[in-house]
Parts: sequence; C-alpha cells; structure tokens
Amino acid sequence: MSVVAEKELRIIGFLCNWCSYGGADTAGVSRFKQPTDLRIIRVPCSGRVNPLFIVKALLNGADGVLVSGCHPRDCHYSEGNYYARRRLEMLKRMLPFLGIDERRFHYTWVSASEGARWQKTVTDFTKVIHELGPMNRQPAVSDKPSAKIT
Amino acid sequence: MTLSKLKELVQQVLPEVDVLIGYKQGFDPVHATPAFVTKPEQINDLIWNPLCVHNLCSYLPFMKDKKVGVIVKGCDSRTIVQYMQEKLIDRTKVRVIGIPCRGVISVNKVLHAVNHQPIESINFEGGNLVVKTPEGPKTIPMDEVMPAKCSICQYPTPLNYDHLVGEAIQSDKPKEKVFEDIKEFEKLSLEERRKYWEKEFDRCIRCYACRNACPMCVCQDQCLAESRDSHWTSQRDDLTEKYMFHMIHSLHLAGRCIECGECERVCPMEIPVAKIKKKIGMELKELFDYVPGINPEDTPPMYTFKAEEATIQEHKL
Repeated sequence: MSVVAEKELRIIGFLCNWCSYGGADTAGVSRFKQPTDLRIIRVPCSGRVNPLFIVKALLNGADGVLVSGCHPRDCHYSEGNYYARRRLEMLKRMLPFLGIDERRFHYTWVSASEGARWQKTVTDFTKVIHELGPMNRQPAVSDKPSAKIT
Repeated sequence: MTLSKLKELVQQVLPEVDVLIGYKQGFDPVHATPAFVTKPEQINDLIWNPLCVHNLCSYLPFMKDKKVGVIVKGCDSRTIVQYMQEKLIDRTKVRVIGIPCRGVISVNKVLHAVNHQPIESINFEGGNLVVKTPEGPKTIPMDEVMPAKCSICQYPTPLNYDHLVGEAIQSDKPKEKVFEDIKEFEKLSLEERRKYWEKEFDRCIRCYACRNACPMCVCQDQCLAESRDSHWTSQRDDLTEKYMFHMIHSLHLAGRCIECGECERVCPMEIPVAKIKKKIGMELKELFDYVPGINPEDTPPMYTFKAEEATIQEHKL
C-alpha cells in the first residue's frame, strides 16, 4: 500500500483538531492512498505545538516531524496558528545550526476539506524523509555496553 | 576618576534604596564579586575595573518587594529594558546607576593565559593587563582576554539609567562584524556542525549554572528541565538529555536573550552555549528586524504576530 516500498520510518505528525486532523480524515474517508509511516498526535490547535515537542521527538527516535494547522486567517481560536508560524519558523532556522537537517521538520496548513492536499503533503514529506534515511540517533545509555565488573 | 564619581553617586542614591548592588574585590585579585551595600561605610569596598563582569540585574526579579539600586554596564542595561517589557520589575522601585564601559575581561581567559598559576596582583595599564604570578609578571593585551561579547559590543553606554557615571561613549566596533562568527560556523557542513555540538554538549555536566546565572531565566522554581510532570528530561546523563536541556534553555530565550553572555561565563566546562542564543538573535534580526532589550515599549516577537508575515515564506516540500 505504501507509496514508498521500503521499510517504514518513524514520522510524527502534530495535527490541529479543527483543520488538518479533519483534512486527514477527509483523505481517509475519500480512500486516498497514503504512506503509513506517519503517527498522528491530535492537538487542539497548531498554537499548542511547543517547538520543544519537535526537538524532543527528533532527539528521541523520530525520523521526521510534520506540523499541520489551519490556514492563516482560518484558525478556530482566531490567532493560534499565527503564533505557531513564528515559533516554528524560528525552530526551522535553528535546527541546521545544531546539525539537524531542517528537512526533517516541516510545517504546513491544511484545511478540513482538503483531503487531496493532505494526501500530497504526507506523501511528499514521507518521500523526503525516506530520501534522508533514518536519523542518526545517539545510543541511549542503556544501549551502550556497560563496563564489566570482574 | 570613574570610581570616585561612582562612590559619590552611590552615596547620593543609598538613602533612597534598601540595598545597592555593586562590585567588590573577591577572594583573589582576579575575581570581583557582587557587593550588597546597605550601610554608608560599605561604600568604600566598592570597586570598578574590567574585572566587574557579573550582570547584577539578575537579582532584580527576586527582590521585587525591595527598593534596589544597581550598577549596570551597557550590556547589562538591556536586561533592565527587557525586564520592563516583560513587567518583571517595577522600574519605579529600581535606581539604575549606569557606567559606560569599554569592555571587561574573561577570568577564564586570564587564568588560561597564566597557566592557572595563583594570581598575586593584577593591574590595568593602558590597553594591557599586568598579571603577577609566582612565575613573575606577565603583560597581556586586553583584547586577547576579552569575552567575545565585548569585541563586538554595540552598546557601551547603558540604554536605560537614572544616573550616569561620566560621559556617554559611542561604540567603536563595526556593526557588520556582530554575527561574523555565526556566519563562519554556518559554513561548516551539517555533519561537522553536529559533531561539533556533540563534542561540546558531551562535556555538559547538567549543573544548570547557565540557567541559574541567566537573567532571563525567571521561572527557576518551576523549570521544565527539572519538572517531574511533565517529564521533559530524565536523570540519565546521555547526550540526548544534554541536547534537550540546551534546547529548552535557548528556545525559551528566543526573542528575550539580551546576550549578556552570563551563561557562557559561568559554565564550568567552558561550553560555548551563548553561540546558540546568538544564532537566535541573528535570525530575529533577519526575520523581524528586532533586537531584544532596546526599547521598553516593544513586545518580544514570540509574544506577538502579524497576519501577513513578509519575511516568512511558505515552505515547499
């Protein structure tokens, strides 16, 4: 089913309840084919997305993070996505400075009726992440071979 | 002389305040330490020289109930402005004595220069620094032991003060050089940058000194880095957690960091943490044409928005 025939990667999607989550639902109801790598976390508004969510996800095992909210001027809470836009843009510019490819993080606007747009967004983003490959993760302490006590 | 003028001003301000914060000699000749003056006879302990590196404004949000006098340099004064923007101080209760400053020294750099020998005395002669150790005196040019922030300082005269010691001075540092080191660093490949930060952060001992010294880290009793609920970082000492902590620290300062460099000064492992914040400052300048801590009427850019953002482009996949 997956447009990318390889092994799945881990992509986290933060979708706003009012637009993009609806958009993803529309895509599902319309039976549009979508890659299966994305795990969706529903948030009340894209303004709820703390840039640290994305950092935390990327550092702890996600290969890509997608944030999607209502189009500017369409926010259910009037202005949540405007704040999100500033914060997320700042983060996007910060990531490469610390050595994380900024293409692993994407933010966009998809409304509830745009099933086709959602399908295109998620397909394209998954393709980009597959091109980049899995994120070079730091082994956690528990994964490191521990010193032998003799 | 600046010091005698300063003492005169302190004498004048002291009756109006509960406590005045200045600098006095620390445990050895190279360290100055904050002095809390409450009695007139303590005024004689005050010093003023390039060893006065601390940003004394950091105390202000925690002394809100008192009337406080404080001595500030140009860079520190931006803290006052930022506090005013965020309503963290009651400006009417603060007496600010500003001192135009031509740069301080980095104690770490001096100690490196003399091989960590005990320092017997330290003198300032012209643009030089004469440090006496058991190995003999050593002359070091001031420029070599200045912290990075001084070599690009754009605000040598405080931006906000009640009293000024001496004449206001203009910056003699070129504006276009401010972000030179960041641009230089960005020429490295993604892989090299990642290696660089992994190497730097690997030394981090998570002592949180950078956070504790930061004048803008005002939610210390409820810091995310130590919160159990929600659990942003664990107690594991791996690189991921250290990376995460520094991201928490720097992202919370986006649009608020006034680049006083206290975080980097206090780091016991000498990690260049101020570099990340400077990068944020550079992006702010580019995105919103904004410099933190300049105008008390401004709103930090992350606290506001425009319906049409001219500088933020829609990203295409």
